[in-house]
Amino acid sequence: MPREDAEFLASSASKAARLAPAGVPASGTLRFRGVGWPVHAAGMDAPAKVPAAIVGPGNIGTDLLAKLARSARIEVTAMVGVVESEGLDRARAMGVPASAEGVDWLLAQDPLPRIVFEATSAKAHGANAPRYAEAGIRAVDLTPAHLGPMVCPPVNMPDHLDAPNVNMITCGGQATIPIVAAVSRVVPVAYAEIVASAASRSAGPGTRANIDEFTQTTARAVEEVGGAQHGKAIIILNPVEPPMIMRDTIFCSLPPDADTDAVAASVHAMVERVQQYVPGYAMRAEPQFDPPSEKWGGRGRVAVFLEVKGNGDFLPPYAGNLDIMTAAAAQVGELIAADMAGDAAERSSTREAEVPA
Amino acid sequence: MSRPESGVRPPIRYDVRITDTTLRDGSHAQAHQFTEAQVRDTVRALDRAGVEVIEVTHGDGLGGSSFNYGFSHTDELQLIAAAREEAKRARIAVLLVPGIGTVDDLRRARDAGADVVRVATHCTEADVSPQHFGVARDLGMETVGFLMMAHRTTPEDLAKQARIMVDAGCQCPYVTDSAGALLMHEARARFEALIAEVGDEAWVGYHGHQNLSLGVANSVIAAEVGVKEIDGSLCALGAGSGNSPTEVLAAVFDRLGIATGLDVTALLDAAEDVVRPYLHRWPKMDRNAITQGWAGVYSSFLLHAEHAGERYKVPVPDILRRCGELGLVGGQEDMIIDVALELAREREQGR
Repeated sequence: MPREDAEFLASSASKAARLAPAGVPASGTLRFRGVGWPVHAAGMDAPAKVPAAIVGPGNIGTDLLAKLARSARIEVTAMVGVVESEGLDRARAMGVPASAEGVDWLLAQDPLPRIVFEATSAKAHGANAPRYAEAGIRAVDLTPAHLGPMVCPPVNMPDHLDAPNVNMITCGGQATIPIVAAVSRVVPVAYAEIVASAASRSAGPGTRANIDEFTQTTARAVEEVGGAQHGKAIIILNPVEPPMIMRDTIFCSLPPDADTDAVAASVHAMVERVQQYVPGYAMRAEPQFDPPSEKWGGRGRVAVFLEVKGNGDFLPPYAGNLDIMTAAAAQVGELIAADMAGDAAERSSTREAEVPA
Repeated sequence: MSRPESGVRPPIRYDVRITDTTLRDGSHAQAHQFTEAQVRDTVRALDRAGVEVIEVTHGDGLGGSSFNYGFSHTDELQLIAAAREEAKRARIAVLLVPGIGTVDDLRRARDAGADVVRVATHCTEADVSPQHFGVARDLGMETVGFLMMAHRTTPEDLAKQARIMVDAGCQCPYVTDSAGALLMHEARARFEALIAEVGDEAWVGYHGHQNLSLGVANSVIAAEVGVKEIDGSLCALGAGSGNSPTEVLAAVFDRLGIATGLDVTALLDAAEDVVRPYLHRWPKMDRNAITQGWAGVYSSFLLHAEHAGERYKVPVPDILRRCGELGLVGGQEDMIIDVALELAREREQGR
């Protein structure tokens, strides 16, 4: 759940220590566990990075910072909060300028960031978004504000590279919509349904107070982004100890004559694409196909069972639901930064990969 | 959240008020295939027998019609409206599981004629329910809170969760023994803990399953310690080996001199003449259902586990036991397929 208020009982002190190991120079050479992108040392022949800010220094913002610290294209130049917090201290320990003076401070910086990642709340983003837009800063919105188009990196990000504001949907949406899209690229999907199960400890009070927002937004995105005619979303919180790793199940209806091999191949290809930015994204089993049935209006069904294990950057690995939000947001930032850099090769290869499997 | 009439308990005319859930929990056993005619006949018979609250919804609550839980034969809103038409005295209740159904579903159910909503969460997750209680009270509905899988937490913690619900506008939190796993002393401890915590402001309820044959016995204990609302189903029609049979509860409470306002003979007729003819099967304590009570598995998993067992050629009790080991909660029916696939893999690898 993409919420600033995510609560973790895990010791933040030990996490902070891991984020900023003693004696490591803050010169862009920090190496984190599970590094997925090359880390450019200062002074090497690296392309100029796009400056970016993270607003909201909570668990989500901190995890996002850890991911962006590995980026070859983005440099986080500011972490912004409204009160002094551990999150701001963690950023400073990593050599990132941090302020508790809010967006006023951020917009007084010179140069301004070109991208801002908002990890606060829908209300805060509602207030901040017009100010970013006025300053010409692109916004990647991890809150439920939904001011801009809903994006899922391997599905529709190339369509929204110019949008001033993009929204990251929901955790369950980021995990499941790629699969719905993979199926709907091969056959028409009249109905798709996703079931997201997350550890209780990974769901904060904001999510809990408005759980309907998750089901309604995700269902809409299953349709609008995933390409299903009708979408449904279900979320279950499970308190089992030790905490369960995030699980997602995707059911798609299939026409009676669907080419199941083509559907399976498309799903496999999509899983590999998501794995590029979420290494712990994996199918628990091969896609399961059920033959057309009367009870399903003469349609068949494919079921895909996923496990989403987080990278453990700052958030604990079981919280794959939160990790996939920060990983997807970082990936969106990468794509925007590449586009800004006029990296035509990067952009065309991204587009090419959009061709249905 | 708004709390109109905070602390006002709905009037209960007798010692205990029985809510019949044949047409909701029974939906599981019927694979959600209830027809409008069956609903009308059942509501008429229950109403005539003096049942004060009749629950009508997809087994998994409003919005439950899905691949994951099974699609409804007839739209639940149509069934709710039909029930409302047939009931002369009884109130019509609906189930809402946050995460599956939404407040929009609740508004539609209210428009269709629902008087009572029972908001259900896992026993440790009550804080997903205040949104729904708030809307329900704003709609003028009576509110019940289901703390499901009540065997999975301590009496003390269950009482704290009941407190969250009551503070949000719930008029009657329930000890909901979804797995039919609570032994008699365990049930009693939970009843007493909830009454101690919220008894001055709200009623306390009990919803039992017969997996270990204790639904009726626990209902007797419930009435003895001051639980005011108790669930039953005609012919026990419900998930797992079914619920405490309404007709048995009526007979037992009659013998105990505990007033319920129920007409025992009319209920026996309703069970025998109205419900029994349409049963897909009579819920019973067979190997699989007993395993659920024994291993503490959500009763609604039964038919799904049987289906997965057949499809993937693995023993159903093994699936259910694994579900218990994994600590699956209500709503995770998708995991049953995953578990069956895992067991099939393990068998192939000779483990």
